[in-house]
Parts: sequence; structure tokens; C-alpha cells
Amino acid sequence: MKAFDYQRADSAQAAAAMAANAQGVRFIAGGTNLLDLMKLEIERPETVIDISRLPLDAIEDTEDGGLRIGALVTNSDLAADARVRRDYEVLARALLSGASGQLRNKATTGGNLLQRTRCFYFYNRAMPCNKREPGSGCAALEGRNRIHAILGGSEHCIATHPSDMAVAMMALGASVEIQSPDGKTKTLALSELYRLPGDTPHLETELEQGDLITGVVLPAPVGGRQIYRKVRDRASYAFALVSVAAVIGLEDGKIGSAQLAFGGLAPMPWRNSDLEDALIGQTPSPELWGRAADILLADAKGHGENDFKIALARRTLAHVLDAACGGEK
Amino acid sequence: MHLTLTVNGTEHALDLDPRTSLLDMLRDHLDLTGSKKGCDHGQCGACTVLLNGRRINSCLSLAVMHEGDEITTIEGLGEEGKLSPLQAAFVAHDGYQCGYCTPGQICSATAMLGEVEAGWPSHVSDNLEDQPQLTDAEISERMSGNLCRCSAYPNIVDAISEVGGGRK
Amino acid sequence: MDVNFKMDKPVERSLLDTTNQNIISRPLDRIEGPLKVSGRAKYSAEFKLPNMAHGVLVGAAIGKGRVKEIDVKSVEALPGVLMVVTDTEKFLRNPAQGMDTEAPKQGVTSIDYFGQPIALVVAETFEAARNAANALSVTYEDAEGRFDFDARIDTAKPKKDSEKNQGDVDDAMRSAHANVDAKWTTPSQSSAAMEPHASLAHWEGQKLVLYGSYQMLSSNRLQLADAMGLDPEDVRILAHYVGGGFGAKLGIGPESVAAAVAAKDLGRPVRVVMTRQQVFEATVRRSNTVQHLQLAADAEGRLTGVSHETITGNLEGEDFSEPASAATQFLYSGANRRFGNEIVLMDQVLAGSMRAPGEAVGMLALEGAMDELAELLDVDPVELRKRNIPERHPTSDLPFSSRSLAECLEIGARDFGWSKRKSAPASTLEGEWWIGHGMATAARSNMLIKSSARVTLQPDGRALVETDMTDIGTGTYTILAQIAAELLGLPIDAVDIHLGDTNFPPASGSGGSFGAASAGTSVYLACEKLRQTIAEKLGGEVEDLVLSDGMARMGNTSEPLSELIAEPLEATATVEPGETGKAFVQAGFGAHFAEVAVHAHTGEVRVRRMEGTFAAGRILNEKTAISQCFGGMVFGIGTALTEDMMHDHRYGHIVNRDLAEYHLPVNADVPQLKVKFLEERDHAANPLLAKGIGELGISGAGAAIANAIYNACGVRVRDYPITLDKLIDHLPDPKGL
Repeated sequence: MKAFDYQRADSAQAAAAMAANAQGVRFIAGGTNLLDLMKLEIERPETVIDISRLPLDAIEDTEDGGLRIGALVTNSDLAADARVRRDYEVLARALLSGASGQLRNKATTGGNLLQRTRCFYFYNRAMPCNKREPGSGCAALEGRNRIHAILGGSEHCIATHPSDMAVAMMALGASVEIQSPDGKTKTLALSELYRLPGDTPHLETELEQGDLITGVVLPAPVGGRQIYRKVRDRASYAFALVSVAAVIGLEDGKIGSAQLAFGGLAPMPWRNSDLEDALIGQTPSPELWGRAADILLADAKGHGENDFKIALARRTLAHVLDAACGGEK
Repeated sequence: MHLTLTVNGTEHALDLDPRTSLLDMLRDHLDLTGSKKGCDHGQCGACTVLLNGRRINSCLSLAVMHEGDEITTIEGLGEEGKLSPLQAAFVAHDGYQCGYCTPGQICSATAMLGEVEAGWPSHVSDNLEDQPQLTDAEISERMSGNLCRCSAYPNIVDAISEVGGGRK
Repeated sequence: MDVNFKMDKPVERSLLDTTNQNIISRPLDRIEGPLKVSGRAKYSAEFKLPNMAHGVLVGAAIGKGRVKEIDVKSVEALPGVLMVVTDTEKFLRNPAQGMDTEAPKQGVTSIDYFGQPIALVVAETFEAARNAANALSVTYEDAEGRFDFDARIDTAKPKKDSEKNQGDVDDAMRSAHANVDAKWTTPSQSSAAMEPHASLAHWEGQKLVLYGSYQMLSSNRLQLADAMGLDPEDVRILAHYVGGGFGAKLGIGPESVAAAVAAKDLGRPVRVVMTRQQVFEATVRRSNTVQHLQLAADAEGRLTGVSHETITGNLEGEDFSEPASAATQFLYSGANRRFGNEIVLMDQVLAGSMRAPGEAVGMLALEGAMDELAELLDVDPVELRKRNIPERHPTSDLPFSSRSLAECLEIGARDFGWSKRKSAPASTLEGEWWIGHGMATAARSNMLIKSSARVTLQPDGRALVETDMTDIGTGTYTILAQIAAELLGLPIDAVDIHLGDTNFPPASGSGGSFGAASAGTSVYLACEKLRQTIAEKLGGEVEDLVLSDGMARMGNTSEPLSELIAEPLEATATVEPGETGKAFVQAGFGAHFAEVAVHAHTGEVRVRRMEGTFAAGRILNEKTAISQCFGGMVFGIGTALTEDMMHDHRYGHIVNRDLAEYHLPVNADVPQLKVKFLEERDHAANPLLAKGIGELGISGAGAAIANAIYNACGVRVRDYPITLDKLIDHLPDPKGL
């Protein structure tokens, strides 16, 4: 870990302002991913601004019946919140499927959204990686890529986003509240927060220097069946190979509403509105699930070891839709 | 950088490199080597301590972020002759072998029982809103952040189950 | 009073069967337990010496080539940095293999694997050393590496003396009623003990003292002395507690010499703890294997031919090759037999011993093949195994010292409810899970290794046991105390056990499942000698002596030991293997039964039930022995389902070099296992009549799971680990049921 200047911020606005004017700044809250990366010197900040004591740890009802989640609400507190358990089961389930009890006690809502990839090559400084070292190349494309993306990648990067929480939030249509250094606040749909790698995989979000995520807003609950299904290499404490967050409403035996997002498949939590449109108004059937998977995976590209994710995504989607529409969970 | 915090009921004032992890502070500066370093990246749980009563990986936290906090380590839970119920149960059920992951397991289990009592659900809870029961499956899932390569898992589950009120 | 005992003929009666103190074999709590659960047991990196400096190793960032330059100046100016040690001559290229008496290959100018330690940065604090180790600028001259095992498999060379041929296997295969002829592959694995390798070195004049996390101190001392050019008498190694080993700490690692050199150069104690990444990259792995199994059987299901040929990889200059056919050579009958090992030279981290080297992966192939053969013959898998238990060793014709294999198979099957199993694959669907049952035999060779201990009976009535034996979690502290307490008639808390210090008599060390029997026998012999001395003091024959509750009784005389002994009474005993090791086939045996669930849609596998029934001679402590078997069985779960050390074929490095991506089983992967021991005594093994148990539990465990997966869903995977990607394309349609 490189030596850094440690500072504490008194307010979100002050934190943003401090960050706007310094080079190589990182906010730290839970630290569970940042310190991991700093020890390996994959992250080498000059300045670390401690935001962990800012008053951003509340979960509040919003006027339109939704929920505002402070950026510093821990994953544990969010999963244990009675409203989340009752109205946003998919989110609670996603949180509980992630990491471990200890990590969830530290990891925060804001930090979870900004987790960096677990790509093997990103994690090894001796390897080429366009995300870590722009222009150095992508060693995963023709390397060990069992855990890598089949959707949304580019010839420069096929790293996946590791979050479970963000997948559920994506399905729920969450938006992100941001404090800018100029004192203003802005709101971005979560789907707008992330960038696909293209030829700039080191740029992962639309946040600008100094921008600080202060909270996440969930729209009012939509009802229906909520499922988060995570498929991984061991029973717990592992990142998703494929995960599906689903919020499905049935009306008269037909699908009335469908909100779906996917983890483990892409550089960002993946949502596809064509897939949802194709489901709405239809009668549940294995054929429909197949059509949905066709839409989801139309542009899917395997890179060798991760080819299986195409079949796995197809099977997991069908299984989740079946369960959501009345079958077994 | 100056820091004041309480560890196992004793207040300590320290001057630390900001890079010092909470774990290294405990082991190298306070000689509390009960908290173990198995991976230093939050991937094994051997460093688990209680931060204001909650279990965390002390390797993934900067000491300087804990001004005024209360930390409890395995040394603070009990010692020979006055072991905590979980410590005693780990001995009776052979919930360890080499002993290296053990302090982390016990700190983790200590807080975990509180989480269950507080009604926190887990990944394997059938229903998120009901009071969770301390079944073997619940214990195993909730303790999965603590690796044990000697693989004492069945005995760890037995020990925790006993302290948590017996098999459900 | 020294005792030397060679195991030249079977021991007819063991004192442990006659002392009647009810201490041996009982499931007593570990005597060091309170220290471990309260965080007071001290491991190597936890000793703190005055003025200690912190060292962090720097590993090569290329997989093959040479170090051109290490720019020491690039870090010297960083605050806190004391020195960069670049002793290219003394540094170890790789760890020593277990029981070696010399240093492993030294010299690190040329790079033979990615992560090979090439320098040590020493600083006032760990934080400064870690940063400087990352910042150290090294220039390399790249060379083409041998990184792709599959592409190089044709270059495999036979391992010396590994080939064994009997009869004509090819002919047996041709004329068989049924045969199996297939290849199994197993990946590289990491022992991944929870305590990373650590050494704390300091010098007392010309003498080196090293707190090191090692399993076999007496040979570690020879290795370290040789590496440092010292007389072994001038090297002392201490390891009171070792946070797991599983083979990875059998020989000294690169951090030991680095710490010793730095401490010498700096004139201060230096502590070097490997990072978890370095443990993966620069200690020792279990080699990946390709195993070719051939089984030929007649119409009655009797084996006529057995062939087990193995290809493994290793570094240049290393000849260790996982002896995968170790158990295959004696487990089942069959007149025609063929065994052999070949090695592919690889520029990858050292391959060496990991828990049950040989059987751990060999039994995956053998017991998988037996399962396939049982299906071809339409014979129950348990029955097939029973039918092929040989009278004597199929090649040497030696007798077995003790073998309760048939009993383990029968009792294990009964306890598990094996008869209720449906033999046709994909017969049971519960919800969305295919349920299946599988079994496998367990077998692991038993050994006795030279070992010494000193037992001192103190005038206060306490006994002290001293040996440089280690307890790596195996229960050594407790079983040695039980043996001494049983034989000296003392309560167990009147026995003090001092281990892990080369100042004590040299022991076998912990490895190969021989520790308990070897070190235990040395304690037994020393106690036996003390009993004789006490009998003499009482003026009678030792046969008439009864030691109990701290009292010595002879006929009508009875005296407290504390009054009988004015001066400390000491006996040092050494046991050595002898003729019984050559005259008998010695092994522990058992049977694994597993129930698994395979998700019908995703291919996820869960072990729902797993039971092991074992016979390994006398069980010295039922509680710690069960834990050892649990440990082996969970290694089996990891081997079957999750563990895979993945190398990059272009750069040579291990891509998943941490515990997030190298998947050890977690608590949720493991059901409440069951273990049962059958009563057995092995008179040819040692005076304890006990056999090793630490590696028996892993042998066959993974195969039982693989066989259960096949029974659950009808997919036979011969490429371990059986991750879901290998299943999903072949899963049956649940609607077809």
C-alpha cells in the first residue's frame, strides 16, 4: 500500500469539494474493496478521504412510496430493514447472497455499487489489463476467462461487475443521488451510472471527479413475485457465475409486469427492456422462456472457458421465470 | 497519525501509519495476536473481531478510521478458566484443529448469534420476515465467511448449535 | 536411560491394552484447547523480538527467464526501508520436499516459475516493507516458458523406478468380460493452510534461531543448516503451534532463508510472513495429473487386470511425481498389473506432497473406474469391491498386517442405508434436485518413521514429555499426553507436553499420517522404561506393577509416585522402522458413502450426506480422530467440487491465487458428516497397535461424491473438479422422469 494523505470529511459537500481539487483521490467508507486493492497497489490513491462518519446512513420513505437508502447504509442493515424485507425481497435476497456476514457489516450501499471487477488479470499487476493500465491489452480475452462476461464486453475488456446488490437495484429501477463538488446534487438512473468498456474500460461510471454517491432511491414497490437466484461455484461466499433478479407480476394468468436484471454476465448489472417487453402480456410457457433467453443472449459471445455461461444463463432464466410464475422457487 | 480507541475494555492511545490495518494494529502494536491473518483480503475470516458489537474483517479496515470505537477481540471474550460459552463449546465439540481460524470463528459466531436474535434473515431463510431459527443450515450459511481448512465445520456447527439453544 | 527399539517383529501385546486407566482412546478434549479458543496459542509470526524488522518477499513477475537487474535504489529512499536483500546464491528457488536432509535448489538469478522469490525488502514496519516490495523495480530477460501441460504431455519422461509390470494387462483387457479404459484428470491444488508460511529469524552469535511454521523440525533443521552453510547444531527451529500444513510445510520455504540472511546482514531479528498470494505462488502445489486407468474383469466380476498410469508435472531438477497408484497396487486383486509414473517438465511452482500424496487423487480415478465397472457388470458397487479384496498383496504376496475393509464396506453400507439406493442413474427427483448415492473405498498406506522423545517423571508427581514433534492440528499434544497418562497412571492434567523445538529429541514430524504412531511410540517406549525403573525401585517385576492415580502398586505395597521419586526420573526413547515394514502390507482402510443433490437446471451440486467408516488400528483419541477424518472428507468435497488451481498457459502464473477465487469448501458446502471407527489392532505397525488416520479420510472421498453425481443425474465426469459447467450440457430433462 502506497503512503497516502488521510483526511476526514465533515459533510458530503465538503468531501466532494476536497476530492475535486486533489489528484488521485479515493473516498473510503467500508473499505472492503478499496483496501483489498490498495494492498495490492492496484489502487494507489494519493489522498484518501474518510466519509464513513457522514450522516448518510438512514433508510427513509420517499414521498411517492419508495425508499431512499443512504450511501453509508451497510449491506447488513439494508438487508435487515423491515421495509426492504417486506417490499423489496429481491434486494434483500441479493444482499444476503453476497460476500459474508462480516463483509456485509462493513460494505456500504455506495461502495457496493462502485465495486471493481474480480477479473484475474485486473488483480495481478504483472499482467496486461486495459482497465488497470490503459493500453496494456486484455489478457483475459484469450486467457483464463471462466468468470468473464458474455454480454457487453469489448475487444478491450471482458471483465464482469461483481455486485449482487446492484443487480437487484437495477431490476427495481433504482436511481442514484450524487453530490457534486460545486455544491449541486444530481440524480442518475442506476442504468445510466455505468459505462460499458468499449475502448475505455478504465472508465467504469459516469461519475465525474469529486462526485460522491450519497444515496440510492428505490421507486415504490411494484408487487409481484420477487426472486434473486445466484449460481456460483460453492454454496456461499463466492461471486456469481450467473445471477438473475426478477420481479414478475401476473394478471389473469398472463405476465403483467416484468423487471429483470442479470449479474455475472456483463461489465455492469445487465437489463434488457426488449426481453421484458417480450414477456409482458404473454402466457407463461417453456417456449416463452426460450424466446426470452434468445433475446437476452442474441449478442452473447463466449471466449472459451466462459462459453458455458450462455447455456447457464438460458437455463437459469427459464428456471427463475418458471418459479416466478408459480412454479417452485 | 494519532488514534484513541478502546480494545477489550481498555483505552489505547496510539500513533500509527495511516496504512496500518485494524488487524495489524492489534497484532503488531497491541500484541493481541489472537486475531489471525490468513489472507489479509477479507477472503477467510480469520481476522474477525467485533466492532461496536458487530463482526467485521479487521484486515479490511484502517485503524485510523476507528477513532473512539470499541473493539472486542478473542482475548476479550474469555481466557482459560473463564471461557465464554462459545469458547467452551468449541473445546468440547472439537470445533477446530490447528486453531488458526478459531478466534475468527468464535468472534464471528458470537456476533452471529446476536444477528439471529435480532431477526436478521440469511440467504437460506425461507421467509425473510419470520424470526429465523437456528437450524444447521442457517448456522452453516451464516458462518461461511470463516474458512477452516482443517474442516472442523460439522463440529463448529455443533458447538454453535449448543450455545444457541440446541438443535432446531 | 536411552531406549532404542526397532520394529522388527509384531508386538504381541501392548501395554495400552493392560493398563486399564481409561485414558487412551477416550474422546478427551484437546489439552491445548483453551489456549486456542482464547487466542493465546502463539504461532510463528506472533513472537515479537526486541528491535524486530519486517521483511516482505518480492516474487518474479515473469514465469521464465533471468533477473537482469534489481534496482535497489528504487525503494531505498522510501521512509522506513532498511535494506533490500538480494542474495541470489543463498535464496531458495523453491521449498524443500518433505524429509529431505539437504537444502533444495538454491540460487534465484534464473527464474523457473512465476512468483519465485528473488528479493526481500526489509523495513521498520510491515506497511513500509509491503509498499517497498511492490515498488521495487526489477528488469528481466524473458525466456520461453513451459507453461502448457496439455501441449507438452508428449514430452513426459518416466519417473525412475516407478514402472511395475506383472503379466499382460493388454491381453487381460482384450479377453475381459467387461473392461474400463479411460483417463481421469485432476487439477493442481493448494494445501491452503490457514496460517501463511512465516519465519522469524534471529542470531545468537553464530547460532540461528528460527520460529518457523513447519511440520518436520528435525529435517527442516538439516535443510536450513545446509542452505545457510551452518552446522545443524547451530540451528534451532521452534514451532509450538502450526496453523495447518497438509504437506505445504513439510520442507523449509523460501521465507526461512530470506529471513535468516536478512537477520544476519542487518544484525536484527527479521520476520517474514508470506502473503496469501505468495503461499499460492511460491510454496508447493499438488500436481495436476492425467491418470489412465484400465480394469479388466471376468463374468463373475473378478478383476483380471489392473493398470494405473499417471502423468504429472514438476520443475526441472525435481523428481517428485504424485504416486497416484499407491493404493491401486495393493487394494484389489487381478493377476495382470501395470503401474507407472511419468513427469512433464514444467516451469510452474514446485509440485510436492499434499495430504495423502498418491491416494488423494489416485483413488478418484480407481474408484471412479470401479463404479463404472460395477455398472457394466450389473454388480452392486459394494459387492464388486468385496469380491476383489485380495488374500495377500497381488504382486509381492506379502500378508496384510490388518485389514477390516470388508467390514467397513458392510457396516458403512448398512449405516448409510445403501440398500435403498436406486442403481439406475437419474431415478430420483426431489423438487428441482436430482438425488444420487455413491460410494468408494478408502485406503492409505501406513508408515513408521524414526522418532524420539524424552519423558521425565518429576518428584512432584508430574510427567513432562519433550520432543521436537509438531502439532499441526492433528491432536499430537493430546494423544501424547494420553499415552503418557495411561502408561504412568497419571491424570491427564498431570502431564505436560512440550513440542516444536529442535532442542528436544528429534521426532518424525507431522506428515504422511505417521506422526501419531511414530511420536506416540517413542513416548510409549520411554514410559515403558520408566515403568521398569519404578518396578525396580519397588523391588519387583514390571509385570506386577500397577500405576494408577499417581500411585505405584506392587503386590501389597503401594506408594505415591511423588514419594518414590526423589530426583527427576528421565527416559529417552527412539523407535525405528524395522522388518515388519517389509514383511507386511500396512494400510488403513475404510468406506465412504455420499448422497448428493444436482440441480436439474443449473447443475449446482450439494453434498447432502456423507459417512465414513474406517479401521486404522487402535484409535488414540476418538474425538481428534473423528476430526481428522472430517478434515479428510472435506478435502474430498473440495477436490470433487470446487478446488482448481488455474495456471495461465501463456504467462505461467496462477490466475486464482487467493482465497476468493481458489475455492476451498465453506461451511455451507459441508453437511453434518458422520464417522465411525471399527475396533482393530495392528500388531505389525507399532507397539501402540495404531495406524495413521490423517490421510485416510481424504482417500476415496471425492470419488464417492463423483459416483453419487453420476447416480443422481447420469453424467459421468472424469475431469475434476466437477463444476457445474461440466454438467449442464448433459443434464437429463426432469420431465422425462
